[in-house]
Amino acid sequence: MKRAVFKNRALPYLLVLPQLAVTLVFFFWPAFESLRLSFFRTSPFGFEKLLASPEYYQSIVNSFVFAFGVTALGVGLGLLVAALATQKVRGLAAYRTAVLWPYGIAPPIAGIIFLFIFHPSYGVLPYWLGFVSAYEFNWLLKGWVAMALVIIATAWTHVGYNIAFFLAGLLAIPTSVLEAASVDGAGGIRRFRSIVLPLLSPITFYLVVVNLIFSFFGSFGVIHAVTQGGPGNATEIMVFKVYKDGFIGLNLGSSAAQSVLLMLVVIVLTAIQFRFVEKKVTYS
Amino acid sequence: MKRWASVIAVVAAALLLGGPAESLAKTEIHLWHAMGGQLGETVNELVKQFNQGQAEYEVKALNKGTYPEVLTGAIAAYRQKNPPHIVQVFDVGTQTMLLSGAIYPIFQLLKEQEIAVNWGDFIKPVTGYYSKDGNLFSMPFNSSSPILYYNKDAFKKAGLSPDKPPATWKEVGEASKKILAAGAAKCGFTTSWPSWTMLENTFPWHDQPFSTNQNGYTGLDTKLLINGEFGVKHIGQLAAWQKEGVYSYGGRMGQPDPKFINGDCAMLIQSSAVIGGFKRSLKFQWGTGQLPHWGAPYRKQNAVVGGATLWVMKGQKPADYKGVARFMKFIAEPHQQMWWHVTTGYLPITQTAIKNLEAGYHFKKNPEQATALGQLSARPTPNSLGHRLGNFVQIREAIESEMENIFAGKKTAKEGLDAAVAKGNEILKEFAAANKP
Amino acid sequence: MSPDGTLAAPARVEALPRVIEAPRPTPFDWGAVAVHALLLACVAVIAFPLYYAFVISTQTIEEVIARPPILRPSDHMFQNYVEAWTRAHMARLLWNSAVVAVVSAVGKIAISMLSAFAVVYFDFRGKAVAFWMIFVTLMLPVEVRIMSTYEVIGNLGWLNSYAGLTVPLMASATATFLFRQFYLTVPNELVEAAQLDGVGPLRFLWSFLLPLSWANIAALFVVLFIYGWNQYLWPLMITNTEAMRVVVIGLQDLIPRTGTHIPEWNVMMAAAMMALLPPVAVILFMQRWFVKGLIESEK
Repeated sequence: MKRAVFKNRALPYLLVLPQLAVTLVFFFWPAFESLRLSFFRTSPFGFEKLLASPEYYQSIVNSFVFAFGVTALGVGLGLLVAALATQKVRGLAAYRTAVLWPYGIAPPIAGIIFLFIFHPSYGVLPYWLGFVSAYEFNWLLKGWVAMALVIIATAWTHVGYNIAFFLAGLLAIPTSVLEAASVDGAGGIRRFRSIVLPLLSPITFYLVVVNLIFSFFGSFGVIHAVTQGGPGNATEIMVFKVYKDGFIGLNLGSSAAQSVLLMLVVIVLTAIQFRFVEKKVTYS
Repeated sequence: MKRWASVIAVVAAALLLGGPAESLAKTEIHLWHAMGGQLGETVNELVKQFNQGQAEYEVKALNKGTYPEVLTGAIAAYRQKNPPHIVQVFDVGTQTMLLSGAIYPIFQLLKEQEIAVNWGDFIKPVTGYYSKDGNLFSMPFNSSSPILYYNKDAFKKAGLSPDKPPATWKEVGEASKKILAAGAAKCGFTTSWPSWTMLENTFPWHDQPFSTNQNGYTGLDTKLLINGEFGVKHIGQLAAWQKEGVYSYGGRMGQPDPKFINGDCAMLIQSSAVIGGFKRSLKFQWGTGQLPHWGAPYRKQNAVVGGATLWVMKGQKPADYKGVARFMKFIAEPHQQMWWHVTTGYLPITQTAIKNLEAGYHFKKNPEQATALGQLSARPTPNSLGHRLGNFVQIREAIESEMENIFAGKKTAKEGLDAAVAKGNEILKEFAAANKP
Repeated sequence: MSPDGTLAAPARVEALPRVIEAPRPTPFDWGAVAVHALLLACVAVIAFPLYYAFVISTQTIEEVIARPPILRPSDHMFQNYVEAWTRAHMARLLWNSAVVAVVSAVGKIAISMLSAFAVVYFDFRGKAVAFWMIFVTLMLPVEVRIMSTYEVIGNLGWLNSYAGLTVPLMASATATFLFRQFYLTVPNELVEAAQLDGVGPLRFLWSFLLPLSWANIAALFVVLFIYGWNQYLWPLMITNTEAMRVVVIGLQDLIPRTGTHIPEWNVMMAAAMMALLPPVAVILFMQRWFVKGLIESEK
């Protein structure tokens, strides 16, 4: 659909100017600096070295495990609540209020809270787990336990956001659609799978992408506060490694090279999200 | 709504333009440090004492995050020609600071400002760590050394003498087993700051080289030596004890402390600087002993100091440095040294301060405060002067990751230490290449 | 699947009361009871960490480290909060955080509205380039480009200033993106009618688009306010004086970093409570517009 446009020579430039200025100064200039550093400053140690280092691959694997873990848990729990909510019980809005707020909690603060809950000596969770199983859930030594903990803590900060979206999506499904399905004798689970789930799929897809992006890039605070990438390198995800190598280790060359590779991931994910959203716009 | 928008815009503009109000009466001296919690307040108190004692300068202390964050922040700020006057950098950042080109050596500052300080009065292991060619480059501020803490109640319950802490590793193992058998605790001992206590200090303590080039003092092409016979024996024993419950790995930095505080572990190896905190919070009888030793054939040398020093940064107005020098002189004075030691548990670092404390029977009344000083009394050898490694923060990180792999049973001591050495040497090589003279 | 079903006709305001008007469950509807129980369980799981943090913030340090853990509030709340408030200079910290969050949110919304307007309602040379330059920045976090951004801020002389704290946070395209999506859903007839009446572009933006966008603006405001409030590494880097600190950093002040003192978890949690209350309050007060605005923009 061709949109009507205004005719003006200078005005559009003036309108995009503030945004472009900010983008150029705070995105392209630093990004260019990073690129320059990664190529010129560390010629013997740049990309080849990075790509030859097993720790880097470990961090890529960790990032994917972490991102998919957070997404599966966060979106999964969201879907569960959504499924329950299709039962049309009363007070959905109240439930939404009750789950939405963790989204407002800063990752470093969430980190502090979870650090205490998981604390090997004081934490309430290890204490309870001690009753359930004799297995030692020692996240200071066992990599998978540490990974599970940071996934839970991160998913927690985002689950309310997911649920809020699912509930909003559900409220938008006409009741008649659901009623028609139940008149046909479709059982609860089948009805959810065959009718509600497809209707929710655009939201689900959007949430999957948002959660992936968030856990790839926005989850620094939790790992920083809780595990610092350990034990071993078990919870060292790519963003944390960029921070650790560049900010803590002052190895700006390697850090810059990693930033450049991360930017590529960002661009790919953005393109995916874009394709999806653009398609939606043409449909409507 | 429109009215609101304009109100917000006006307020926003006012805020953006306003900026913070600064007092210009006194010359400000900025000090960046990494001390949070009660320690941060003690720093503020010390600074207040200086500010009230004279009228020309106002030291402003600011917590800039963790040790690494302070270091990186200061270097980034220096590049932007906006550094603090003084920055607190931890021991492992020493080499980075020395080669940064951003620092004004403390001996030179005090000489040029014509403020006399008797450097000979400073205790050797402290000046040795932070000196180059016999000159002190940064002002020791919070110095400590790892010692053994033990739970006297648990010792009694296990039939051990509460006045005799284990002195050797063999005794540590035996005592732990008795404690476990008697059910006096859930584990024998744990270690805070694992790389610092178990390697960086244990090697000098046994007069073993931690790395080549006299632990990095004589050149940049340094290589780690921790995977030799001694390292494998020591870490291998810890790994074996981890399996038996004698040793319980408790994480990095001070994370393991609670295991000792709540009585899970009967012993803890941790910095002497926690004494102040322990005095306030421990609910049982406790004592201290020196860092355990392996005995013959290894010689008993000295431990190295940990903690941090204050570095003076270049790039400030020349006139400010007078005040910086006076502040440095101030914190080196016996009165402040003693106050700082008694308040925090960090070591006094001048002979005069130590003598004064002895004269007041401080160490008689507080024997635990003397333990760390006793470990530092031997004359350092090239193996025990300190460590001067580039990017030490990353090296320590690599070492601790591998220690975790060893204690988790994923690697043998030899495999893990080999991997730590390989990673560490790589980091050292990069540092050497980036800092070619 | 038909993608036009859900998002093209999403949460209209009138859709909200529909649930409330839904047939009431009969008194013996065990299914509904089960659903409520499950939902309440979800709420409990999600609420527990915050509840526990609150409980800690009311206890003495002895109670905090007691075994078994004490899960009910104690009577030490007042002391802990006063301690946290005075020791961390909370008033100043909260004020700075509010300034950073509000200014960065309002600033970003303003520049994004303008650029999205230009991209949607004008044809101009270089439009595609400008468009991609803006959108490629969509998600790269400040942490990743922090060192080089710091140098840029230093070159501008903005270290330790509100400008340095806020303006770099505006360099992301999420808001522009959402406004663009929203403008694309505005019927063409509206523009055409406005143009027939001789309404100029700025007038159109101000009198037609802006009133239509309030839900989106509110939603964005929530997201951006939280984003700004919750920044950690960036404010830590560029603030050099106590007076410019924000609350998330001030909170770290209470954590003993050097590992040589016993953390006062109770005071820390009290400070954490004060630091997280404003963004959570913003969410709760604005949640209706928040969800609605986002869904509408995302279609």
